[in-house]
Amino acid sequence: MNLKHALFGVLVAAAVMPALAQKAVEAPGGKFAKDAEQMFRASFKAENPKYWMTRLDQDETMKTCQQYRDNPPRKVGEKLEKLNAATIRYPVDGKLIGDWKEGEKLAAVGTGGHIGFIQPDPPGRVRGGNCYACHELAKKELAYGTIGPSLHHFGKVRGNSEDIIKYAYDKIYNSNAFSACTNMPRFGLHNWLTPEQITHIVAFLIDPESPVNKD
Amino acid sequence: MMFQRLLVTLVGGAVLAASAGSALAQDSKVADELAKYRDALADGNPADLLEVKGEGLWSEKRGPKNASLEQCDLGLGPGKLEGAYAQLPKYFKDTNKVMDVESRLVHCMVTLQGFTQADVTKQWYSKPGKESDIEALVTFIGAKSNGMPINVPATHPEEAKMARMGEYIFYRRSGPQDFSCSICHGQEGKRIRLQDLGNLTTKEGAGFAMKTWPSYRVSQGAVWTMQRRLIDCMRQARWPEPNYLADSIVALETYLQKTATGTVMDTPGIER
Ligand code: HEC
Ligand code: HEC
Repeated sequence: MNLKHALFGVLVAAAVMPALAQKAVEAPGGKFAKDAEQMFRASFKAENPKYWMTRLDQDETMKTCQQYRDNPPRKVGEKLEKLNAATIRYPVDGKLIGDWKEGEKLAAVGTGGHIGFIQPDPPGRVRGGNCYACHELAKKELAYGTIGPSLHHFGKVRGNSEDIIKYAYDKIYNSNAFSACTNMPRFGLHNWLTPEQITHIVAFLIDPESPVNKD
Repeated sequence: MMFQRLLVTLVGGAVLAASAGSALAQDSKVADELAKYRDALADGNPADLLEVKGEGLWSEKRGPKNASLEQCDLGLGPGKLEGAYAQLPKYFKDTNKVMDVESRLVHCMVTLQGFTQADVTKQWYSKPGKESDIEALVTFIGAKSNGMPINVPATHPEEAKMARMGEYIFYRRSGPQDFSCSICHGQEGKRIRLQDLGNLTTKEGAGFAMKTWPSYRVSQGAVWTMQRRLIDCMRQARWPEPNYLADSIVALETYLQKTATGTVMDTPGIER
């Protein structure tokens, strides 16, 4: 390769590379992001109950994930994972595995928490984990979604060591402690599920008698 | 035209019933759903009736000014309906705003017919036993774009800005489930429970979704406009309910229609 070609290559690379690198991380909305945030906030009735409107607030994890379209650079991801791991709280008695029958019910419930004027949930409606929205679990439930991996035979494959029990608990409590910007909600962080409810779902995943593992 | 569309709907429905039927026959909820599908299909798409009603409303003299909507400019000139839906949302000089079909229609009902905005939007979606004029009119206007490609290049600076703002909202995560539109609609071939979710960030995915709206929703027994569809997705995300015709919804529509541009319209569709 002669010098002229080599030099040309370097110049092209220099010109193209920053553009590519920039494109890969360009935040949604680009230079209009600030305007867009304002517009979004203005799209709701200001006199809505306060607990409705706080649902529009973003914590650092949400903001960062949006900015990187849920695909943050490894370093940024690691920072978020540490931050999220630090939020995990455990039941007072320290027992991380509960009753799989309770867990089975909670995993199936997809209602609760819908607000608004058109079709809100009635007050006090049970709130579940809605795991089937995204995961296959017990073989007999065919109406499962595929946003997350199959968890059928989770305990059968991973075993029921203390480590696995703790991993399952932590994952449900705060999914982002392991994979920043995952599509899986952070059930414990948002108090969507109580620590006790989470222990029941852990049992549903891990207990050898649970239909997740038995069938 | 109407018959051809019915045929497409019927064949599509049969394929859907056949593929879903084999794997899921045991699930009674699904079976119920499919039965309702078939009932609906036996008499044609119920939205076709609404389309006829919309046509009547369009030319009827109504409101304090006793005027029809025939001079309404949906972006292609007064009274030009052919292909109008397919090129919305669009920037309008007279309002200095990017408007979707619903905000423009309401604008016409206010300026031409003399209704107040509050009056015309009171019944913006139907309830059992209570039909919505807006749903009927949008179904009629939508059908006038059948066979034409969606065409929202968003070249006007205000349209380009609106599309980028829609993209911002599409990826914006918040709420007690950490949801964004992208969580449910950002990947190929995923489903939530049994409902297929397309990838709305590609031309194919957005095109497949956008071309059939407004759509008759069998599970709801009603035609839904795109405003209704998106406002309900926000409900599913556990967010508060945005205002009808809110700029955020128009921005999302601009983003989705821009992405879907080139896809041939096929409405009113039939959805689950
Ligand atoms: C909105 C979709 C969604 C919901 C709802 C959801 N998950 Fe997940 N889940 C995911 C995704 C995506 C992954 C894979 C990425 C990751 O590890 O975070 C995952 C991963 C997991 C894993 C780790 C699997 C492994 O192989 O290590 C567990 C365990 C899990 N989910 C349990 C649950 C349970 C239990 C529930 C209900 C309380 C639940 N998920 C609800 C999307 C979801
Ligand atoms: C929790 C999951 C979820 C979230 C979050 C969500 N949607 Fe949806 N969306 C759905 C479901 C379920 C359907 C109906 C699919 C079906 O009936 O097969 C749907 C349907 C749609 C459709 C019509 C698709 C078609 O093929 O006709 C569009 C467009 C859409 N959503 C856009 C959005 C936008 C924009 C957002 C963000 C404001 C959003 N959705 C947020 C679950 C979601």
